[in-house]
Amino acid sequence: MGNRVGIIGVGQTHHAAKRLDASGVELISEAVTRSLDDAEMTLDQIDAIVIGNMDHFENINYVDMWATDGLGACMKPVFKVSTGGTTGTTLGACGYYHAGCGLFDTVMMVGWEKNSESDTQAAIATCANPVLERDAFAGAIGPLASEYSMYMKAYGATQEDAAIVAVRDRNNALNNQYAHNQMKVTVEDVMNSPMLSFPIKFLDICPRSDGACAVIFASEEKAKALCPRPAWVHASVVRHDYTHFGDLEWKGMPTLERASKEAYKIAGIADPLKEFDVAELYIPASTCGVKWMDSLWFCDKGGAPELVRKGTLEIDGQLPVNPSGGVIATNPIGATGLIRVGEAAWQIMGRAGDHQVPDVEKALVTGFGGCSWSDVIILGAELP
Amino acid sequence: MADWKDEVEEIVFDGKICVPYSWTVGSTLSKWYGMMRDNAEIWANRCPSCEMVFVPPRKKCIYCYKDMNDWVKLAGTGVLETYTVVQHPEPGVYPKEPPFVYGIVKMDGADTGLVHFIEGVEPDKVKSGMRVEAVMSKEREGNFMDIECFRPIE
Ligand SMILES: [Zn+2]
Repeated sequence: MGNRVGIIGVGQTHHAAKRLDASGVELISEAVTRSLDDAEMTLDQIDAIVIGNMDHFENINYVDMWATDGLGACMKPVFKVSTGGTTGTTLGACGYYHAGCGLFDTVMMVGWEKNSESDTQAAIATCANPVLERDAFAGAIGPLASEYSMYMKAYGATQEDAAIVAVRDRNNALNNQYAHNQMKVTVEDVMNSPMLSFPIKFLDICPRSDGACAVIFASEEKAKALCPRPAWVHASVVRHDYTHFGDLEWKGMPTLERASKEAYKIAGIADPLKEFDVAELYIPASTCGVKWMDSLWFCDKGGAPELVRKGTLEIDGQLPVNPSGGVIATNPIGATGLIRVGEAAWQIMGRAGDHQVPDVEKALVTGFGGCSWSDVIILGAELP
Repeated sequence: MADWKDEVEEIVFDGKICVPYSWTVGSTLSKWYGMMRDNAEIWANRCPSCEMVFVPPRKKCIYCYKDMNDWVKLAGTGVLETYTVVQHPEPGVYPKEPPFVYGIVKMDGADTGLVHFIEGVEPDKVKSGMRVEAVMSKEREGNFMDIECFRPIE
């Protein structure tokens, strides 16, 4: 068991399809500066830094070297992590590990991506095994489309159920000044948007964004000294299961089921729908916002469409999901998971601005990456 | 026992991934490249805290993490601090046919080095510590080759 760790500062850039006003390094410095301002700290008070982004996405490796100036990492311990879509939540785990192991008091996690600089789908294709599955690998949408097809057939979920999720996240983003996509949409708009890969349509899927996020973690003593209401880490669990795409169990989401079950056990959560006050979930496509609710133990298998239709997960429902607008509104990939962590921390700290949910004591965070990995992080206002 | 190589038929797939990229220069370097392109001038920027002068310029001082909005124009001259003579060809990697020289120039008025080609001199006549000046390209497009090279000052 590690020591207690709290989040004490969060900063993010204004995200957009193309931030042509700023280089990658400048985006990083924008997030770093805002997180320090949020924590009312200076860089001198940061003991170590971890940075994350996707390999191949900007065709520049060693970001831990060439972004040193924007990162503020000169003469500090710094390294890079890259775990696909989960990169941001891996950074969350790294923040917890660094501060929780007792070696560092205050650590800054920085995730970023400048998706506009590359062909994201081509770059993603490099993650597939080159002698087996790369030729057939159809980018990020195909596998998600296939899994929802199976789910619809198995449990009677519909395309409209997914559209409800897309509408929720996109309209929530209207209250988030940092969100990339700011558009008011209806279920009809989503249903009428162009079909990309059945049953996923244009407005169902996340965009590619330019942006960065920085989150400061601290040991118990430092967090208490530096922050009036830290967001304490109650659990951080990672589960991977990939061997080959063809081996995956697509009807469920085994890594999310296992990771969330373990995290609930550690944090003492018996009824997630009741006990969490807010959730920032890595939902890359609205279809996942239906199917994966089963995997988070919010309901019995096949119960998710009913939850979605009843409005349980709406901003004014029993468990508000993605008040920030989530991944469907904003997706600078190496930062995406860390934005979930940062947004959930802000909800607990009471700093979420126009999309603040009242009285947040416990928050659930997920990350999704590769095919198909899951990270689950639980934050709370009370000491764990 | 058979030789270990005999047990494996060596099958190797050739692959080549061609991914297009475009890189944003950003707020600081767009000023730098703009001044090179439009005025054939090399500028640097200074940290308001430690007063180090950086060329190429950057947004934040790497030591103080201060914004560097204080710009200074450089004369274009400097000292060659160190260099190498590239002798072997590396098609697709090197922009020039060997032999060619590149080195680090500490420009007058700046505290950091600038990496560039050293030309207008036989490779075996290049010496560390020699005075050099920037040669600006005739056709300038707002990129690093707006400085064509550095050459020795006669
Ligand atoms: Zn300085």
